[in-house]
Amino acid sequence: MTDASVARRDAWVRRLPLLPAFIYVFLVTQIPFVLTIYYSLFSWNLLEPGSFRFAGLSNYAELVTDESIRIAVWNTVLLTLAVISISVVIGLGVAMLLNSEVFGKGLMRTLMIAPFLIMPTAGALIWKDTLLNPLFGLLPYLLSPFGLGRVDWVNQFPMVSVVTVEVWRWTPFMMLIILAGLQSQNPEVLEAARVDGANAFQAFRRITLPLVRPFIELGALLGSLFVVQTYDSIFMLTYGGPGQDTTNIPFLLYLVAFQGFSIGQASAIGVVAVIITTVVATFALRTLFSIFQIEARR
Amino acid sequence: MRDREARPRGRIVATTVIGLLIALVATACGAGGGGNSGSQTITLAAVDNPQMADLKKLVGDFQSAHSDITVKIVTLPEDQLRQQVTQDVATNSGRYDLFTIGTYEVPLWAKKGWIENLSPYIAKDSSYDESDIIPGIHKALSYNGNLYAVPFYGESSMLMYRKDMLSAKGITMPDHPTWDQVAAAAKAVNSSSVNGICLRGLPGWGEQLAPLDTVVNTFGGRWFDEHWNAQLTTPAWKDAVTFYINLLKSAGEPGAGNAGFTECLNAYNNGKVAMWYDATVGASNFTGTAASNSGYAFAPTKLKDWSGWLWAWSLGMPSSSKKKDAAWTFADWATSKDYIKLVGSKLGWAHVPPGTRTSTYSLSEYQQAAGGFAQVTVDSIAHADVTHPTVDPVPYIGIQYVDIDEFQQLGDQVSQEFAKVIAGGQSVDQALQKAQALAAAVGKKYGGGG
Repeated sequence: MTDASVARRDAWVRRLPLLPAFIYVFLVTQIPFVLTIYYSLFSWNLLEPGSFRFAGLSNYAELVTDESIRIAVWNTVLLTLAVISISVVIGLGVAMLLNSEVFGKGLMRTLMIAPFLIMPTAGALIWKDTLLNPLFGLLPYLLSPFGLGRVDWVNQFPMVSVVTVEVWRWTPFMMLIILAGLQSQNPEVLEAARVDGANAFQAFRRITLPLVRPFIELGALLGSLFVVQTYDSIFMLTYGGPGQDTTNIPFLLYLVAFQGFSIGQASAIGVVAVIITTVVATFALRTLFSIFQIEARR
Repeated sequence: MRDREARPRGRIVATTVIGLLIALVATACGAGGGGNSGSQTITLAAVDNPQMADLKKLVGDFQSAHSDITVKIVTLPEDQLRQQVTQDVATNSGRYDLFTIGTYEVPLWAKKGWIENLSPYIAKDSSYDESDIIPGIHKALSYNGNLYAVPFYGESSMLMYRKDMLSAKGITMPDHPTWDQVAAAAKAVNSSSVNGICLRGLPGWGEQLAPLDTVVNTFGGRWFDEHWNAQLTTPAWKDAVTFYINLLKSAGEPGAGNAGFTECLNAYNNGKVAMWYDATVGASNFTGTAASNSGYAFAPTKLKDWSGWLWAWSLGMPSSSKKKDAAWTFADWATSKDYIKLVGSKLGWAHVPPGTRTSTYSLSEYQQAAGGFAQVTVDSIAHADVTHPTVDPVPYIGIQYVDIDEFQQLGDQVSQEFAKVIAGGQSVDQALQKAQALAAAVGKKYGGGG
């Protein structure tokens, strides 16, 4: 036996235990994806028997000309950017707070994580019915002294409402990741900075922020992967409306697939969504690896 | 050397086996679920409403009389039921032997051959009494003169109002009010604590668009002319939508964009609104003062009389079912006169599913329980004509919907545009322009111009 074949055999021996899991994952993710691509090339509407005809790229061509998909892409971008940037800023603030010595830190941390543990559908329902409802809601009640008692938040400011609920949900996620970064910070460095005459802001700007920056990037990119797919809270809060004001790509996909039953068209949207998500995921994974590299260098 | 190598290899084999086992279990779970056939188990996909919950309670009575048939009822919320059942019939999967479908689906699916013609089955049972089914419902569930689904529950729409609140302002509501009278009354009673009227604003073809469509119909509007040209930019539509939204803004409930049947029911039951135009079934959910002090009038009108809508949850049988006789035996029982009496005697007469059979309304126990709204309900249903819903002739059937496949999506989108008007995001004209474009695209498929 040559060295090369021994090495190859060794490699296979190591891979073998992974194979069942790998094959399973491959089957349940790749076959549906290939089928989706296949369906996207057909004009197929469940409600029209006999409509299963090869249509080439016409489903994709329709996506380019269709105004609703443009609105959906724009809403997806807007929602993702807004949710991620706001939740990162708040998450950073809360993480800084929880990293310092404050009273009741453990309890505060647990409370802060809670929104992330509540089911998205239930969370959105609570926001819609008990917090934002103009008749019974808590927020209109609290704002009534300021003359904002009967504001119909969900309908008059639909995107603001969805962003608020999503920020509420994703802030704990950002906070946890950034907190992990902060806790790896050596307090002696900050002490040294203080001795050198740096004020709190300078220490934060020059020492803490560069340290947690990769963690913020990681949180932002992982978060955007999930926020791009936001569906539950839109379904519960606004149902994509009013008009198309909060219809993002996943919700449009739902409408086309399950209200219009256009399987071909929905598959095409699905393929486009996968491509967009893959692009984001590639960036996310690259950041993830760069963090590991930094860790390895230490 | 050998010994040292043997150990990790053993571990590798063990992990491989475990990995395989996990994969096997996973596939087994995926493949499982296909039960053995042969036994007479029928599956009914039912909409989640109180009448179906009652049916679930009484299934035992059916099974003790038919020991050879087991009935499995799957209850789903309306929108999910529609998705599941549509997928089931469209892909011919035969998962269900019966399902509850509405007046919207029955003619469409009958035409495609997705559901079974029930007339031959009805003919076999001399005690079924097909002529007892309320005429409006019978017509809506028929295709080419044959009944394709049997009604389990039926409704129309009517105006419900608080007699005490209206009489405090010296208003008496006629039995057949006009929309102008209703608007005047709503504005008169509207105050900071009580709103004049509750009207659905929640987007959705089955929510906001249902009452709004009846307003459009009686204002002289129609979705399409005889040649399938979209008509949404006509003055009648503009007047109707402007009227509806202005009434909501001046005397309607706050947060109208989120108000559907349930929200309006709560507002009315809690005395927060003085009037409510909605499904006739709403009245059977009233409690307290709302129950004792309410008056009921027919759907308000403008140009066209009898503007109430028509809906019936009915039992249909997919053509793909392999146990059609057993399924019919159950459908027959659940929609029979005897079932209505069974519900009345076992669960109370207020539980009786309304709006299906004329004979229900001659039962003295039911008249007592249903009170003031029984007659309005049955008369509204009897006069609702799905084939002549509008002032001008139309190429479609359906009162609060257009009976074409595309309407679910079209209706949802159009109602979203109106919701945006209610929220102040655009004008009625802008919304109708967009709606017209959407409707025109649909009309084109049926031969309409732009």
